[in-house]
Amino acid sequence: MDDAAVIDDTFEAEPPPPPPRRFAYRHRLPTRLWHWVNALTVFVMLMSGLMIFNAHPHLYWGQFGANFDHPWLSFHGRPIPGWATIPSTYNLAAARRWHLAFAWLLSIGLIAFLVTSFVNRHAQRDLAPTADEVRPSHIWHDIQQHARLRFPTGDAALRYNILQKISYIGVIFVLLPLMVLTGLTMSPAMDAAWPWLLTVFAGRQSARSIHFICAALLLAFILVHLTMVLLAGPINEIGSMITGRFRVPPVRSDEE
Amino acid sequence: MIDRRRFVATSASGLLLGGCDRLNNSSGFRGVLRSAEKLTMASQRLVSSRDALAREYSEADLSPIFRSNGTAMPGTPEYAQHVAERFANWRLVVDGLVTHPLSIPLQTLRTLPHRVQITRHDCVEGWSAIGKWHGVQLWRILQHAGLSTRAKYIVFHCADRFGDKPYYESVDLVDAFHPQTLIAWGLNGHLLPVANGAPLRLRVERQLGYKQAKYIQRIEAVDSLAQVQGGKGGYWEDNVDYEWYAGI
Repeated sequence: MDDAAVIDDTFEAEPPPPPPRRFAYRHRLPTRLWHWVNALTVFVMLMSGLMIFNAHPHLYWGQFGANFDHPWLSFHGRPIPGWATIPSTYNLAAARRWHLAFAWLLSIGLIAFLVTSFVNRHAQRDLAPTADEVRPSHIWHDIQQHARLRFPTGDAALRYNILQKISYIGVIFVLLPLMVLTGLTMSPAMDAAWPWLLTVFAGRQSARSIHFICAALLLAFILVHLTMVLLAGPINEIGSMITGRFRVPPVRSDEE
Repeated sequence: MIDRRRFVATSASGLLLGGCDRLNNSSGFRGVLRSAEKLTMASQRLVSSRDALAREYSEADLSPIFRSNGTAMPGTPEYAQHVAERFANWRLVVDGLVTHPLSIPLQTLRTLPHRVQITRHDCVEGWSAIGKWHGVQLWRILQHAGLSTRAKYIVFHCADRFGDKPYYESVDLVDAFHPQTLIAWGLNGHLLPVANGAPLRLRVERQLGYKQAKYIQRIEAVDSLAQVQGGKGGYWEDNVDYEWYAGI
């Protein structure tokens, strides 16, 4: 399509030579595999989790919390609409079956990814921020560039920028482990097996609240992530997450 | 263009949701989801010692009001009669695969050595309440009755009905012989209130609230749950597909 446009242009002015298309291998197989397993799993977890939330839409801090106690967040009736839940009509039993089955996919995937990315040094090489990147001036510059929708080009597009690193580290090393651990803390059998869970999260109801807050943060991450994919060129971005082959965006003329 | 996009978006979400609902109705897929229950149970048992105790709290941690859930007053004339008699004629029957079937008067049961524990009750819906339970450890009762080596499950038959179906629950021997598994007769220093299962209820502290059968009249030892009621080991298990293993 670009080529056709270039040929049509020859009338009016001599076009600059089209920059050579450069491809690079950007995501390794474990990253791509985990990404798509999660794309499915996280949606099932969020939607079945929201159905479970419908059963008792009140959140508390502490060891206990029920109808006579004081929630910090509370809704009437069944607040989550059917389009956002699995299944779409109220069914706590079915939602639990989905949630507690897909929880295995989420947890095993997370552990496998964490182990793999430390062994193949993905975490140390690609995710760990450099000393230079964590300078406030660098972070501020990246925020400005993002706000102007000026995304990295050339070789810089092959690395994660600092905002990506911060959000991926937040999701992979903070939010997802917290989801799994607070989920386990809601299990009476796990609280007996691993009593430290109740100590770490200061009670089952606190764990339930943290579970909900982390789910909301994950949802916020997904919305921003999908927006960035759309803005950065969805075909190239999604294609590279499937095949690993990424068309490197040419360096902008004003950057040379 | 916008309309087409909206059309695509709504049909995509419709397909996704419809797909999930269709999968949910497919018995094959439900079977796959259900297999997670066995995996969860096996894993939790693997990382847990057989007698790992649920956390016991202090008096300061008690819920100001211990919420009642499910049946608050069994509606049968027989139960009303028992309430009127203050449960003076209530008996706990122990039968099935035991060498000495028992029929223990409630008064006798209350004089047996008992355990007091302040534990957390976790409902499948998500809420929790902390209460102080007084009761006889189930293993003592089973020991009196002489449990057969063929017994694999303990079934609790209850006095409350959901429609025409009696409430019942069951646990395996790991939970039946757990030191915190009680046939409880007291809550927070008083005899059990009717709303919380008077005169006898189960406490099985490593599982969710619907396993804590109330209004217990009979304990039956069986080698399989298939012949009991709907065959899945409990009222909710039979009727709405709750997990039999409610450790999470």
